[in-house]
Parts: sequence; structure tokens; C-alpha cells
Amino acid sequence: MEDQDIRQHTIAVLVDNEPGVLARVIGLFSGRGYNIESLTVAEVDDAAHFSRITVVTSGTPMVIEQIKAHLGRLVPVHKVRDLTLEGPHVEAELALVKVAGTGEKRVESLRIADIFGATVDDTTLDSFVFRIDGTGEKINRFINLMRPLGMIEVARTGVAAVSRGNKGFS
Amino acid sequence: MTGERLTGSDVLLKALAEQGVEVIFGYPGGAVLPIYDALFKQNAIRHILVRQEGGAVHAAEGYARSTGKVGVVLVTSGPGATNAVTGLTDALMDSIPVVCLTGQVPTHLIGNDAFQEADTTGITRPCTKHNYLVKRSEDLARVVHEAFHVAQKGRPGPVVIDLPKDILQGAATYSDPPPGGHRSYNPQVKGEASAIEQAVELMAKAKRPLFYCGGGVINSGPGASQLLTQFVHMTGFPCTLTLMGLGAVPASDKQFLGMVGMHGTYESNMAMHDCDLMINIGARFDDRVTGRLNAFSPNSIKIHVDIDPSSINKNVAVDVPIVGDAGHILEDMIKIWKARQHRPDGKALDSWWKEIEAWRGKDCLHYEPNDSIIKPQFALQRLFEKIKDRDHYITTEVGQHQMWAAQFLGFEKPNRWMTSGGLGTMGYGLPAAMGVQVAHPDALVIDVAGEASILMNIQEMSTLAQYRLPVKVFILNNEYMGMVRQWQELLHGGRYSESYMESLPDFVKLAEAFGAVGLRASKPDEVDDLIDEMIAVDGPVIADIMVDKTENCFPMIPSGAAHNEMLLGPDDKAARPVSEEGMVLV
Ligand SMILES: Cc1ncc(C[n+]2csc(CCOP(=O)(O)OP(=O)(O)O)c2C)c(N)n1
Ligand SMILES: [Mg+2]
Repeated sequence: MEDQDIRQHTIAVLVDNEPGVLARVIGLFSGRGYNIESLTVAEVDDAAHFSRITVVTSGTPMVIEQIKAHLGRLVPVHKVRDLTLEGPHVEAELALVKVAGTGEKRVESLRIADIFGATVDDTTLDSFVFRIDGTGEKINRFINLMRPLGMIEVARTGVAAVSRGNKGFS
Repeated sequence: MTGERLTGSDVLLKALAEQGVEVIFGYPGGAVLPIYDALFKQNAIRHILVRQEGGAVHAAEGYARSTGKVGVVLVTSGPGATNAVTGLTDALMDSIPVVCLTGQVPTHLIGNDAFQEADTTGITRPCTKHNYLVKRSEDLARVVHEAFHVAQKGRPGPVVIDLPKDILQGAATYSDPPPGGHRSYNPQVKGEASAIEQAVELMAKAKRPLFYCGGGVINSGPGASQLLTQFVHMTGFPCTLTLMGLGAVPASDKQFLGMVGMHGTYESNMAMHDCDLMINIGARFDDRVTGRLNAFSPNSIKIHVDIDPSSINKNVAVDVPIVGDAGHILEDMIKIWKARQHRPDGKALDSWWKEIEAWRGKDCLHYEPNDSIIKPQFALQRLFEKIKDRDHYITTEVGQHQMWAAQFLGFEKPNRWMTSGGLGTMGYGLPAAMGVQVAHPDALVIDVAGEASILMNIQEMSTLAQYRLPVKVFILNNEYMGMVRQWQELLHGGRYSESYMESLPDFVKLAEAFGAVGLRASKPDEVDDLIDEMIAVDGPVIADIMVDKTENCFPMIPSGAAHNEMLLGPDDKAARPVSEEGMVLV
């Protein structure tokens, strides 16, 4: 029963941009055995020194509630929002994908990149670096197609997410 | 006084004094010499020199738990800080407000593997509620004020302030605590009104209700314990307490069923199992209390009041969660109960009490008295008789003696019982008693100890001698790590691997070596005289009570078992072998 309840959640956390804050968040997940599927962080308000952490995690409803409660009681944390529970939201991720090779495969990779709306950020005679953004799922599909075509390196940013509609992060 | 230029150390002490700090437990070293220099030049704050930093943290815990104030610790960098880690973890687990100042190498050397450098904020991050590394002398006052706020508000806990030496020596300005709350940390104390109303309605309808309360009531202040007792009386409901909650309701109260959990009373555990409404105030469904989770109180509606939202729905799913401070919520509950003129369901309650009385009738704390061997329970019963009318405080070490102390010493008031519950730290009791005695110089402070545990922080006897702190160490000496031996007997075929205490010191001579008085009793008829003498001595005492070596602590819920599968005594133990799942549990 419990396994079936496991669901992926995207949680946004507004924190003071101070030393150690990321370590606190990561330590909380590792220390209590929670999953981190992706985690992104960057300062979003340089005047107020706020950073926003977006963490994608999965668990039963009870575990997700625990994660949010633990995040909420960290001293430098201002706000915790479960975007998955709170309604529709936009998620986006960026990936850089390097494909090496020549001939047919090289042409095919370029064709598929075009279909996906990826851009070519670097090229040599025997390699491309594609830049693609979108949902994590779209990026997964792109990567799966590129793998047999000579993909040798991938860098992904992890998910950034905001809720839809006219409300801010309050 | 704001604005005057001082050194960082001066500002630090000023901020501590402003926070009401009267005493610091500490140990010097290179990195904190500027603070020790500033301490030397002032009289507002007293310093107690411990003999090992671990002792300082436990002393601060004892001080904090017996006064409701924040305990303060000062240690040097590197080994000073790492020695403090066990105490910090202990304070975190038991929600004790402690502020620990750690020295650090100067900022320009941080990260250089400098002499006595340790990554203190890194090491202590998971074992503190919060920690700070101060990087500018100007931040000192603000950080100290903030640390006290964090240590006390919400669920209390330990806070570390790591202090590089150059920051202590640099010029700084003092500032008062800012008015208003903290910019991000302001835990909710008032509970949600609709949830409280719902809880009270459930109470009015309950047929088999039970209060299950814990350390959160103690931490909320003596007022919360009074309110709880009042509410227990108003409702006529039975009440059980966790190890950390003892004293929240007077032990002599007829509605108190004794402690709950692994070594709690039969009536408490049976009532937990069979109740139809559980009113949990400030307890956290710890695994030592719940036993096997899927058999835990299967038919009850559960109300859970806790100031820490992460304690709610952690192990046990509850029906009515209420986040807030125990005292505030009890006050609201009582108001609503009165306003709505609720009366408990008298008939149902009568028959519930009849069941409980039948469980009580089992006399689960019964033991076989003996004329020639001192039973540990007997020694504690005698101790209780002799101290119950005196102003007294009890600390313990960890093991069988701790559980027997919880069972046999009745606590009539909160803040009188300091024990390491969550972490179970052997070596806690002696330094904790020291901290209690510093806070209450005229009270009778007793550390109920085991002969193994006491050796873990025995060096603090020297501190007792230096400050003439008349702590009494009451050793129930079974020459075994009794609790380990008991588990080996019950779970590991009686193979007593490394649990016998070889080559114990002569505790009487040891006491004398520390300038204390040593006493020993080996026969039951010597116990009373020993206790009288121990109390009469105007100074620290080690009392070595030679007790039955093979006595086991009952009742007991074996690991992995349910509340209604309690073992009541030695004859019960073979009946039900411990399950395989139970064997892996601690
Ligand atoms: C620091 C620490 N190490 C190990 C343990 C595991 N442990 C729990 S009780 C116990 C034995 C305690 O023996 P003693 O102090 O003589 O108490 P008794 O059980 O005999 O009353 C041990 C080793 C612990 N709780 N704390
Ligand atoms: Mg022992």
C-alpha cells in the first residue's frame, strides 16, 4: 500500500542566502533518508539576500509532509511551498548535451535537435553541443534519442518551477 | 548602552549578561583565551570549570532543565568543540535549550588545517538546532541574541556559536536585541481554534480516553504542568507520562497511571493499547513508547499537540493535529471545556477506570524482596522515603538503574527529573547533577547511577570538590552493564559478551581521592543508615550500593512487541520469543 502512494513533488523554498544554508537542506535529506531527485539554488533577490531552492523529491504523503515540516523549521528558511499540491505550475530545466561523431549520425542528431527546438551552442567538425530547455521529461526524451547518436556528455541544471496564475510566492 | 567601542569578547559577555546568563560551564584553550580574559575582568557571569567539555554540556543541560533557562557552555576550538558533540546531540534529542560557544582559529586560517582547527559548524550542523560561524566582530551581539531566541523558541534545542579568535579580539559595538520577532524563525504558539474545539468535543464524547503527555509539557513551563493537572482533574481522565514528562502531573495523583513505554507500567501500556481517545500533549510517539507500530493503540482516535510540526504524523498518523505550545493549548482546551459545560461520560468512564484498576491490581512493579541481597528497587524505595519530603532533584545515568529510578522515585513537580531520554547517554547524570546543584545550591541533588555509567564522566567529581557542590552519587552497583546483560539474557542466549564490569575501582576510595565522602552498603539493613548519612554529609558523596547482580528490569515490552504483549516478570520472559524483526531493533 505504501509504495503505491509514492509520488513526486516539486517543492520551492525561499531561504536567506547565507553560508551553510544549502548544506542544511541537503543534510536534512541525507540525514533522514529522503530522496533528492533534483535540486537547484540561486539568489533571486540580491537586496533582501534571498535564494530560492527548488527541490524535486518523492515519497508518500506522510513523508512529503515530514520533508516540508523539517524544511520549515530550519532557521534561515522563510517559506516552503509544495507546488505539486498547490495546483498547476510551470517547471523548466536546461541541459547541455554533447554529441560526437561524423556522417549519418551527426546529421541525424542535428535533425532531431531541430525537431526538439534545441540550439547548437558549439560545433566542431566532429561534435555538437546542444542546448535544450523544457520539462525534465522532454529533456529525458531528447537524451534518449541522442544516446545512440554519439552522446558523450550531459549537464543538466535541475528543475526550476513557479506556480501558474497571477499570485506570487507568498 | 549601545554604541560604545569594545572588543568582541566584551561584547559577547555583555550580550550574554543581557540575556540573563549568570553562569557558564566551560573549559579554556588557545582560541578562547580572549573570552577568558574578559571573564576575568568582570563579575556578572560566573564560570564553572569542568574537567572535560562533555561534562560542560551535560551540566548546562541539567542547569537548563531544572530552571527553564538556557544553559551556556564555553569550549575551545578543535578538541574542545568535538568533545561537546555528544552533549549537543543529547540536548537536541531531549529538546534542551543550550547555547554553546566554541572557539575557532582566526578567520584567515580557517580551512588551513591549522592547529586545533575543526570544521565545527560542519560537525555540529546535524546535532544542533542551528549554528553560526561569526565572521565579523560587528555581528557578535546580534548573533548572540539570535542564538538565545532560537535556542528557546518553538521546540528548544542546542545552538552553537563558532567564534574565530580574531573576531573576539577585533573592535565591536554592542547592540540590544532587536524588538519584534526574528526575520524568519517565529514558531507558532497558539493552536488552531477549530482543531482545539474538535479535540474538546472528542474528549466530551470519549468512553475510554487517555492523556499521554511528555517533555513538551515540561518545556512549556511549570504553568503548563499545572494546567495539565487541572484538566486531568476536571475531566476525570487517566493520564500517563513519558520518561521525559515525569513530574508534569504529580506521581501521587490517583489519575496518574505511571510511566508509559518499554519499561512503563502495565496499566499505562494497556490503557494506551485499549483507549478510544488518545490525547497526546507534548510527546512524540517515540519508538520506546509505541512498541510495534502496526499494533500501536489500534482503536483510538488520536489528538496530538506539539510545537514542532515535524513531530506530527512522523511515526503515527493522527486524527487531530494541533501545532502550538502545550501551555497555550491546554489553556484554550480548559476554557472551551468549561464554556460548553462539558461533563465526561460518567458511566463509560467508570467502567474504563474499573478496567484500569484491574490492570493496576497486577502490581507490575512488584519484585521479590530479599533479606540478604539488596534489590535495586528496594534501595530506590528507601531513597524515595527519605527524600520525598525534602526539596530534591534527581538525575540519572543510563541503564537499568535509570528505568528503576523512573519507576520508583515519584516526581511531584516538573523540572525535578533530568535524564537522558532520546540519546540515552551514559555519563549524563553526574555532570547534569552538577549543573542542577549550581542552579539550586541548597537543594538535595542526587545522581542515580550505574557503576559502568558513572565512570564515563567520573572526572567531574573534581569539579564538585572545587565548587563545594554537594551532589550525591547513588550507585546501584550490580557489577554489570545491567541493561546490556538483561538484553543478552533475553535475546542472546545468556552469552554475556563484554558486559561484566571487570576491575572496578573501589568507589569509596575513589570518592576520598576526589575529596568527597565514600559510603558503601552491602546488606539490605545497611541501606537506611547509608542514605541518612549520605544526606547528612555537607559535601559531595559517592554511595556504593552493592545490589543484586542479576536483577532484571520489568515490566518490559520486548523490542518489536505490542503494548499488550508486555513481560511482567522473570517467569513471563520465556513465554514469547522475540521476533526476528524485533531482534534488529535497538
Ligand atoms: C555512551 C554510551 N555507550 C553505550 C551505551 C549502551 N548502554 C546502555 S545501558 C548500558 C549499561 C549501563 O551500565 P550501568 O551504568 O552499570 O547501569 P545498569 O544497567 O547496570 O543499571 C550500556 C553500555 C550507552 N547508552 N551510552
Ligand atoms: Mg551496572
